[in-house]
Amino acid sequence: MKRQRKAQLFESSSVKEALKQSFIKLNPRIMVKNPVMFTVELGTVVMLIVTIFAAFSADKTQGSVVYNFIVFLILFVTVLFANFAEAIAEARGKAQAESLRKTREETPAKRMISENGRVETVSSSFLRKGDIFICEPGDIIPTDGEIIEGLATIDESAITGESAPVIREAGGDKSSVTGGTKVLSDRIKVEVTTQPGESFLDKMIALVEGASRQKTPNEIALTILLASFTLVFIIVCVTLKLFADYANTPITIAAFISLFVCLIPTTIGGLLSAIGIAGMDRALRANVIAKSGKAVETAGDIDVLLLDKTGTITIGNRKATAFWPAKGEDEKAMIECSVLSSLADETPEGKSIVELAGLNGAVSKHVENAEYIKFTAETRSSGVNLADGRRIRKGAFDSIRNIVTAAGNDVPFEVEDRVKTIASNGGTPLVVCKNEQVMGVIELQDIIKPGISERFDRLRKMGIKTVMVTGDNPLTAKYIAEKAGVDDFIAEAKPEDKMLYIKKEQAEGKLVAMMGDGTNDAPALAQADVGVAMNSGTQAAKEAGNMVDLDNDPTKLIEVVEIGKQLLMTRGTLTTFSIANDVAKYFAIVPALFMASIPALQSLNIMKLTSPESAILSAIIFNAIIIPMLIPLALKGVAYKPIGASALLRRNLLIYGLGGIVVPFIGIKLIDVVITMFL
Amino acid sequence: MKTEIIGIISTYALTVILAIPLAKYIAKVFKGENTWSDFMRPIERLFFKLSGINPNQEMNWKQFLKAMLTINMVWFVLGFLLLLFQGGLPLNPDGNPNQSPDLAFNTIISFMVNCDLQHYSGETGVTYLTQLFVICNLMFLSAATGISALVALMNALKAKTTNNLGNFWDIFVKANTRILLPLCVVVATILIFNGTPASYTGKDSIVTLQGDSVHVSRGPAAGMIAIKHIGTNGGGWFGANSAHPLENPNYLTNVVQLIAQVLIPIAMIFAFGYYINRKKLSYVIYGIMTIGMLCLVIPTIISEINGSPAIEKLGVAQPTGAMEGKEVRFGPAMSGYWSTVTTIISTGSVNSMHDSAMPMSGMMQMLGMMINSFYGGCGVGILNYFIYIIIAVFISGLMVGRTPEFMGHKVEAREVKIAALITLLSPLLILAGTALASYTLVNYPEATWAIKPASWLNNPGYHGFSEMLYEYTSSNANNGSGFEGLGDNNIFWNISTGFVLILGRFLPIIGPVAIAGLLANKKHIPESAGTLKYDSLTFGVMTMAVIIIINALSYFPALALGPIAEYLSLK
Repeated sequence: MKRQRKAQLFESSSVKEALKQSFIKLNPRIMVKNPVMFTVELGTVVMLIVTIFAAFSADKTQGSVVYNFIVFLILFVTVLFANFAEAIAEARGKAQAESLRKTREETPAKRMISENGRVETVSSSFLRKGDIFICEPGDIIPTDGEIIEGLATIDESAITGESAPVIREAGGDKSSVTGGTKVLSDRIKVEVTTQPGESFLDKMIALVEGASRQKTPNEIALTILLASFTLVFIIVCVTLKLFADYANTPITIAAFISLFVCLIPTTIGGLLSAIGIAGMDRALRANVIAKSGKAVETAGDIDVLLLDKTGTITIGNRKATAFWPAKGEDEKAMIECSVLSSLADETPEGKSIVELAGLNGAVSKHVENAEYIKFTAETRSSGVNLADGRRIRKGAFDSIRNIVTAAGNDVPFEVEDRVKTIASNGGTPLVVCKNEQVMGVIELQDIIKPGISERFDRLRKMGIKTVMVTGDNPLTAKYIAEKAGVDDFIAEAKPEDKMLYIKKEQAEGKLVAMMGDGTNDAPALAQADVGVAMNSGTQAAKEAGNMVDLDNDPTKLIEVVEIGKQLLMTRGTLTTFSIANDVAKYFAIVPALFMASIPALQSLNIMKLTSPESAILSAIIFNAIIIPMLIPLALKGVAYKPIGASALLRRNLLIYGLGGIVVPFIGIKLIDVVITMFL
Repeated sequence: MKTEIIGIISTYALTVILAIPLAKYIAKVFKGENTWSDFMRPIERLFFKLSGINPNQEMNWKQFLKAMLTINMVWFVLGFLLLLFQGGLPLNPDGNPNQSPDLAFNTIISFMVNCDLQHYSGETGVTYLTQLFVICNLMFLSAATGISALVALMNALKAKTTNNLGNFWDIFVKANTRILLPLCVVVATILIFNGTPASYTGKDSIVTLQGDSVHVSRGPAAGMIAIKHIGTNGGGWFGANSAHPLENPNYLTNVVQLIAQVLIPIAMIFAFGYYINRKKLSYVIYGIMTIGMLCLVIPTIISEINGSPAIEKLGVAQPTGAMEGKEVRFGPAMSGYWSTVTTIISTGSVNSMHDSAMPMSGMMQMLGMMINSFYGGCGVGILNYFIYIIIAVFISGLMVGRTPEFMGHKVEAREVKIAALITLLSPLLILAGTALASYTLVNYPEATWAIKPASWLNNPGYHGFSEMLYEYTSSNANNGSGFEGLGDNNIFWNISTGFVLILGRFLPIIGPVAIAGLLANKKHIPESAGTLKYDSLTFGVMTMAVIIIINALSYFPALALGPIAEYLSLK
C-alpha cells in the first residue's frame, strides 16, 4: 500500500502557515530577491505615504483619502498574494518534509565501542562518520550507513511509502541502509557513512523546504527578462509624467503607481518562485528526490534515455523454457549438468533452470565439496568444479566458446545454429559445457512489459531517443529492441559501455539520462546529465546520481522528464499570460488618465468603464486577484502533451497568449460593473 | 486612384524580382565564390597592401567589433574637423560657412551612424568638399558597416561551433566594392539621364516666367543621391530631399529611388538564408516583415487618399486626397508608400513632408521606426529582428518545455541579458529624449539658445508633441527623416539627438553580434522532435507577436498623446 501522497492543494494547516509567512516575507531584504514584486512593495509604501498626506493636508489634488487608501490596500494585497503563492508552495513542501522529519527524531543508537562487540547506547546525533552500530529486530536505523556484516529485512515505508519489506545485506549492491527505516528481522552491523546533518534525509528535507533552493539557469534568465520589462515600464511611467505636464494634464500619484503596477509582470513575478518550488514538490510526489532544481529542469531537456532492459522493458527476469542438448549428448546428462551449474546460482535465471529441470523429471543431486565459480561481468560465465573432477560451466555463447576452443575442442555446428535461432526469437541462449565440451543450450525467454512500447512512442514524440542496455547478445537485443520499440540498444553491455555510450552522445551535444543502482553504475550515473539512482542501490550510486527514485521503478525517468518539461512550460506560459494582460490594462488606464483633459481619448475606453477612478481600481483589482487564481495552475503545472514542439507552441500561444489578451478585458469590465454599484 | 495603386504594386514587385538575384550574388560574394565582380580584386588587394592589413586573419566577435568601432571613431574625428573648417577649404564655389561645433557634432554622428538627420540645409550648410568626402563617403562606409555586422552574424550562425566571425576588413571592403559601388553606378546613371545634376560648378541663375531672378543650387549630386538610397542613408543633397525637383525629377526617378532603397534590405534577408543554408528561415522572416510592412502601409495610403477630415468638414472636396506637403508629380498614394518605406528601413529620405501627413500616417511612420526591423536598414534590419527572435526563442522555448535554443545553441542568461538590454534601449532613448524635450519646453521656454524652446514647435498640442517624439524616434532608429516642423538646429537638439544617434546605432549592432558570437562558441545540439522549429510559420507568428507586444507596451501612452489624440480629435 502506498502512502497517501496526493495531498489537497490547500490544506488548512498549510494555508495557516502560508498566511503567516506572507507577512514575514514582506521584509524588504527578502522581497528584493524578486525584483518585480519588490517594486510593487515600494509602490505600496509610496501609496501609504500619499494616503497619510491626503488625510492631513488640505491639498486635494491627489484625490480623496478613501480612494488613495483603497489603492494602497489593493497594492498591499497584491504583494501579500504573491508572498502567499510562494509560502503555500513552501508549506506544501514543508508538510512533506515534516513527515520525513518525524523519522529523523533522536533515535537511540547501539554504537560499538570495541572490536569484541561491546555496545553502548547513544543518541543518533552523536554518531560520526566511520562509527559502527548494531541494529536488531524492531530497531529504527539511526542514520545512513553501509551494512558491513549480516543480512536483514527492513521496512522502508517511512521513506518510500512502500510497505513491503526489503532485504539488505553486506557486500554487493544492496548494502546501504537509510536512517529512519526499521529493521524487521536479523541483526546487522552498520558503518556510518555520513556526518550528522548531512545524511540523505537531511538533504532531502532541506531541499523540500526550499531552504537550499537555488535559482536554476532558466529561472535566472527569466528573472532578467522580467526585470528588463519592469525597467521599460518604469521608463514609460516616469516619462508619462513629463508628457502629461506638456499636455497640461495633472495625473495623481495613485494613478501613476496603479498604471505601473498593472504593467509590470506581477502575475509571473508573483508566481515564479512558487512554480520552482512546486516543481521539486511534484518530483517528490512522484517519489523522486532531486538533489537540485537544476536537475529537474535538465530532465526536461533530455535527448537520450538509457534504460536497463531487465525490469524496465521486460518483466522481471528471463525464465528457462527449454533444454537443447548438443548432438550426441544425452538429454538427461545435459539437464543434470545444467542443474549442477545452477545450484549455487541465486539469480532468478539460475532458479528457473532448476525449476524447469524439476518439471522435466530430472532430480538435482546433492553435491559435496563442490567449488562454485561465481558469475562476473568479465568472464560472463559461472559454474561449478565438482569433487569428481567434472568442470561444468554455463554462460553466454561466446564466453563458453572461448573456454571450449582454448582447450582445443570444437563447438558443434548445430549448437551454434540453435543459439542463433533462440537469439533471433528474442530468447537468451545459455550454453553449458562439461570439461570444455559443449553439452547443449538452455533457452531463456524474456517477456516484454505491457504498455511499454506506448511509453516509448510518447518519448519519441517528445524528441527523446531511448536506448536499451542489456547483457544479451546483439541478436536477442535487436529482437527485443524492435518488439519493445526502443530506438537503439547496447548489447553485451559491460559497465564501461554505458559510460562510453553516454560520452559519445554528449560529445554530439546531447543530454543523456540514465538509471542505475549498482556501484559499477556510479561513474556512468555521474557522467550522465540526469542520473537517477534507485533507493535500493548502493550508497555510491546514490551519491553519484542527481536524483534518487524511492520506488525503485525504472520507468520513473519518463515521469521525471515530464515534470521537468512542465516546470519550464508553466514559467513560459504564465510569462506570456502576464505580458498579454497588459494590453487590456492599457485600454483601461490610459483613457482614464487623460479622459478629463483630452476628451477625444474617450474613444479608447473600449470597455466603457464608468469613471477614471473605477477604471483604475478595476485594473489593479484584476491584477491582484489573478495571482491567487493562478496559484493552483502554478502548483500543478501546465499539462505537457507530446504533440511536437510547434503544435505545443501553437496550443499554448492560443490559450495563454490570446487568452491573456481576452481574459482581462472581460475581468476588468466585470469588476467595473461590480464596483460601480458601491461607488 | 487605381493607376496610383498599380504604380505602387508594380514598384514593390519589381523590387522583389530584382532582390532575389541580388541576394544570390551577395551570398556568393561573402562566401568567397567567384563572381563577375572579381575584377575589383586588384583594387581590394591594393587597399590591404597600403594599409598593411591581412584580410585572411580570423576574428572572434570581440576583435571584429573592435575593428569596426575603431574605424568608425577615426571617421568621426576626421569628419568633425572637416565640417568645422569647411568654409576655408577648397571646393566651396558658393562660399558656404563653417558649421557650428554643435551642428558639426550632430552632422558627423548622424552620417557616421547611417542616420542622416540633417539639422542644416544641403544648399547652404555644407560645401562640395564636405558633401563628397564627409557625407557621401560616410554614406558608403556606414552602409558597409551595417552589412559587415550582419555578415559576422551570418558567419556565427552558419558554423556549428566557431570562434571565427570572419575578417572585418575583408568583409567591409567587399561590401563597398562588390555591392554598394556597382549598384550606385547603375542608379546614378539613370538619375543623370533624367536631369539630376552632376557638376562642380556653383549656383545657376535663372529668370522665371514671372520675371524674378532665382538662384538654383547644383553640384555633383547624382552619385550621392544614388548611395543615399542604396545604402539606406537618406540624407539629401538639397534641403528638400527627394521632394526637390532636381533631386527627384520625375515619376521614373521616384520609382528608381524607391526600389534602390528597399533593394538591399530585402536582398539581405534572402542572402541571409542562402548564406547560412536555411532558405526556409529567410522566407519566414521575409513573410513576417512583409506582413508588418503591409500593416503600416495600407492604413497610410488609405488615410492619405481620403484626405483630411478637417477640410472635408469645411465642405471642400478633395478629389486628389491629402495634398498638403506633397508633390503633384507623385500624388498622395505614392508619397504615402514612400513615407512608410523610408521609415521601416532606415533611409529617412522624403518625397513629401511628413509633418503634413495625416495623423494616422504619422503614427505609422513612427511605428515603422520604433520597430525598425520590417526589412530595416542595410544589414542592421536583420540584426534588430535577431534581437526579437532571441526574445521569442526564449519565451517560446519555455512554453514548449525545453531550455530555449536557437540553431542548435542554448540561449541562456547571458544572451537573454544582452537581448533584454537592447530591447530596453529603444524605449529609454525615445521616451527619455522626448520627456527631456517636453520638460525643457514646459519649464524653460525662454532659454537663450539659437532657437528658444518656446519657438521649437510649428504646431501646438498633440501635433507639436508628435514633432518631438518623431525627432527622437528617427534618431534612435538611425532613420534621419523629420517632422520638419521642429526648430532643431540649436545646441539642445544637436547634442541630445547626437547622443541618441550614437547609442541607438552601435549598441544594437554590438548586442546581436555579441549574442551570435557567444552562441557560436557553445556546443552544437542536434535537432530532435522536441526542438522548436524556428523556421516554422508558428515561430514566425510568435516573433511577430513579440514585436507587436513589446512595441505596443513601450509606446502606447506616448502615441496616445501624439498621433492618436490628434487622429481622434480630427475625426
